[in-house]
Amino acid sequence: MTITDDTAGIGSRMLRKEDGALVTGEAKFVDDIHSPGELWMGMVRSTAAHARIVSIDVSAAQDMPGVEAVHTGAELAAMELWVAPLPCAWPVTDDMANPPHWPVAPETVHHVGEIVAVVLADSRYAAADAVEHVIVEYESLAAVASIDQAVADTEHAHTDLGTNKAYTWAIDEDPEGTQAAFDAAAHSVVCRFEQQRLIPAAMEPRGVLALPSPMGGDVTLYSASQVPHILKVMAAATTGIPEQKIRVVAPAVGGGFGAKLNINPDEILAISLANRLGRPVRWTESRTEAAGSTHQGRGQTQHIELASDSDGRLTAIRVKLDADMGAYMMLITPGVPLLGSFLYHGVYETPKFSFTCEGWFTNRTPTDAYRGAGRPEASYAIERAMDMLSYEVGISPEEIRRRNYINGGEPFEMWENPAGIFFDSGHYLPTLDRALDMADVAGLRAEQQRRRDAGEVKQLGIGMCTYVEICGLAPSRALGGLKYAAGGWEHATVRLLPTGKVEVVSGSTPHGQGHETSWSQIIATKMGISPHDVTVLHSDTAISPLGLDTYGSRSLAVGGVAISMAAEKVIEKARLIAAHQFEAAPEDVEFEAGSFSVAGTPSKSVHIQELGFVAFAAHDLPDGLEPNLQEQVSFDPPNFAFPFGTHVAVVEIDEDTGGVDLIGYFAVDDCGNQVNPLIVEGQVHGGVVQGAAQALYEVAVYDDQANIANPSLMDYLVPSAAEMPSITTDFTCTPSTTNPLGVKGVGEAGTIGSAAAVINAVVDALRPHGITDIDMPATPMRVRRAIEAARGGAS
Amino acid sequence: MIPAAFDYVRAGSVEEALAALAEHGDDAKLMAGGHSLIPLMRYRLVTPGVVVDVGNLNGDLRGISVADGTVRVGALTRHSELEHSAELADACPMLAHVASMVGDPAVRHRGTLGGSLAHADPASDLPAAVLALGATLVARGPGGEREIAAADFFTGFLESVLADDEMLTEIRLPVSGGGWNYQKFNRRAQDWAIVGVAVAENAKGVSLVNMGSTPMRATAVEQAVAAGASAVDAAALAADNASPPSDLNGDAEYRGHLARVLTERALKAAGIA
Repeated sequence: MTITDDTAGIGSRMLRKEDGALVTGEAKFVDDIHSPGELWMGMVRSTAAHARIVSIDVSAAQDMPGVEAVHTGAELAAMELWVAPLPCAWPVTDDMANPPHWPVAPETVHHVGEIVAVVLADSRYAAADAVEHVIVEYESLAAVASIDQAVADTEHAHTDLGTNKAYTWAIDEDPEGTQAAFDAAAHSVVCRFEQQRLIPAAMEPRGVLALPSPMGGDVTLYSASQVPHILKVMAAATTGIPEQKIRVVAPAVGGGFGAKLNINPDEILAISLANRLGRPVRWTESRTEAAGSTHQGRGQTQHIELASDSDGRLTAIRVKLDADMGAYMMLITPGVPLLGSFLYHGVYETPKFSFTCEGWFTNRTPTDAYRGAGRPEASYAIERAMDMLSYEVGISPEEIRRRNYINGGEPFEMWENPAGIFFDSGHYLPTLDRALDMADVAGLRAEQQRRRDAGEVKQLGIGMCTYVEICGLAPSRALGGLKYAAGGWEHATVRLLPTGKVEVVSGSTPHGQGHETSWSQIIATKMGISPHDVTVLHSDTAISPLGLDTYGSRSLAVGGVAISMAAEKVIEKARLIAAHQFEAAPEDVEFEAGSFSVAGTPSKSVHIQELGFVAFAAHDLPDGLEPNLQEQVSFDPPNFAFPFGTHVAVVEIDEDTGGVDLIGYFAVDDCGNQVNPLIVEGQVHGGVVQGAAQALYEVAVYDDQANIANPSLMDYLVPSAAEMPSITTDFTCTPSTTNPLGVKGVGEAGTIGSAAAVINAVVDALRPHGITDIDMPATPMRVRRAIEAARGGAS
Repeated sequence: MIPAAFDYVRAGSVEEALAALAEHGDDAKLMAGGHSLIPLMRYRLVTPGVVVDVGNLNGDLRGISVADGTVRVGALTRHSELEHSAELADACPMLAHVASMVGDPAVRHRGTLGGSLAHADPASDLPAAVLALGATLVARGPGGEREIAAADFFTGFLESVLADDEMLTEIRLPVSGGGWNYQKFNRRAQDWAIVGVAVAENAKGVSLVNMGSTPMRATAVEQAVAAGASAVDAAALAADNASPPSDLNGDAEYRGHLARVLTERALKAAGIA
């Protein structure tokens, strides 16, 4: 595999333009940006999961050196800094419960880490010292600390709701038919899977800096955010500051994984306090604080049942989810499990499909999007269940998949799934065949058998997963149908400058994805120029006023397509200028590799970059043509895109210790056409590790009082490169039918495939013990205990 | 993650460090590499009024020498220096190997042997190693120098016999021969051991990591091997008299199991049949 820095466009492995600044410290993150007179916020956070605030004594804190003020939630409410609670943009049902979520709790706290008072001080240290001297008296209320406790519904996370249930959402057109299929099934499996809560752990924690302009009346909010455009709208709606007075900037942002797509208390506090006080206000999250100050991922109990005929062909799938909302509905909390709802049949055809999701409140940190958001959960459930069905039927995991793939594993376009949406394109069989071949599964199985026969301590397991995911969010109408408040379009401007260089203004908001490189490559191919002649502007609402930002693997399939279309519009306008120069009809002017020429007269030609100055000077433009070459497009995709792939994981289990070593990983993905294969591979690598981390390492542990037990990276085990094998990747290419570039999306794909593949491998290794399932994360103690239990309790 | 305010003294000599300790008593903390102390301060689990930085005292306090059957290691010798010392690889290969298992390269370039021992973390690798190796620790205080046997040094969780006004200056180890092995079980390469087992000098010394409030000798195992027991039989005694902690990585029962498994592996690797 070679890495080249050639200057070709779409399809080349160009090195990322962003990386020099990022790896040398030249790039500025929020915490690097300072302003004279700034005040640091220090958050006094609840130590109780559910309690009434009896009193808050701020007197000692107020008198400490460097402290400007200390405000309780009740005081802030009285100051009328906000006009509405923090927003939930996805009320999934008309009757969904949505208790008000204020930036600072005024009376009652509902999770550990909720803010109860804010210190404003002249340094981060003074703020931290003062926080320790605020004395809060709580009157404890019963805490709902788990999904099971929420579902039991005897104690309530929000006392005044009278129930923990937030909503019920179903796709269940024929429940009797589904039941009949189960009654008639030759084989069936009933599974219960736990999707443990995960703490998103981006390299850069979240942070904010709000800079007011007291004379001008406007305010700039710097935030480590994936969604500056959405934040601007929501900050206006929440604080009452007129929208046109707010500018939001997401400077260099060090990873997000969904955790930076919210509208957070700290952001609203910073902008409203800065606006009120006329002084800059800032805050940077500490790693430990993040467990309560930033939303968490996953958090579901999944019940999935499969019915099949005697050959293992599916006849029905029935799914019931209990989804943990946490204490409040944040921006898209209720919708996250539903993003997976369309995918619980995975890559398989099934005559009957029933899906129900119930959302439940608990007194834990709110949940929301985390890399894959609903789809890794769905993929895990169906792919684990298919393995369990294969055990039941007595065929191999690859055979059960072959027998059930949509369209027999052959190519298809616009296939209507049981949930009523159309898969744009798919061709599953080649990814399975290639992955089995790449991993040498036949050879691995022989080695596995040898070790079993020899009774060796270290046993092998081989697991696979064929996933499909839904990305390229999204057709605005479809989002409207799902009751999501916003649209799914993306906006782009392409500007040919007087000197022939190009500025692209993108509404997508990169936070590590390499957009500047990919967008430059698209322009390079479209306009026939060097990608180094292109600069990409983004992530600042004053520069890029229109955009819907970056999440859901949407940037390329929506934002990248918008850029491509805007470039085409620039070329079309430039063609009119070229035709005018050539004294030819525009339809006779051809565009090839950056140059316009008249058909049949190759001596007459002009490069598009030369026309930048012509359009700028405007001395001799065709009659009626406006000066300048700048075009914009808002692209609203007609459909989602559905990438897919097959992953094979290989684990070695030390049966004496229970230690699981992931020793091989093979991924064959299909994300349609690729703009930069180097970036695609990087996304697959990172995604695979994040899913494997859920399978083997990560879990947010709560005690029975809903305190988080492992809020630091000492105890919350994010794996490092040392724990991961070298990942082998390959790709097939089935272009999307959703957009003219034929691209899909790859930011979440690795995560969506890997947790199931790894756990399928762990269970495969343990099957001689009669073990058919194991909870995530498959820790050494858990694996060892499972082996002991299978052996009848003997250590 | 924001430490409380503290005063900082950079000591230019052992005498200056000892004077600062004498002046500030238990309000002062010595800092060498800082990789144990600073995280605790950032969590405000410790809030010393004065940090006395001895990290730059090199000279006699840093380095390895071997003479007359004794290995002398300066207390401020970095883990990475132990790891890469040719002399140590000859004279006390287990210590060099265990040093290579501590944390990650960044930790090993800052962390010091004396700092690790004085911190007395039962989950650390090096305290258990010096225990198994029968080291002697040299401390200096206002009354001069004293020698402390490693077996007498550790008294409780993060506690040792070191007085508030003393500092470690040297670690002396016998040149060690015979079979040795170190087994460390953890989930991520850079983590502390969930359980570790050090076997030195054909199991004359066997010690356990993270099996109690201090690093500890597995005396029952040592005695069984000395009496001619097999590795399997001796290892079965590994968790006897241990009172391991329970945490998210493993409860006490699982730690006991791991101690037996790892001890058997370590004994066998050290050549005990």
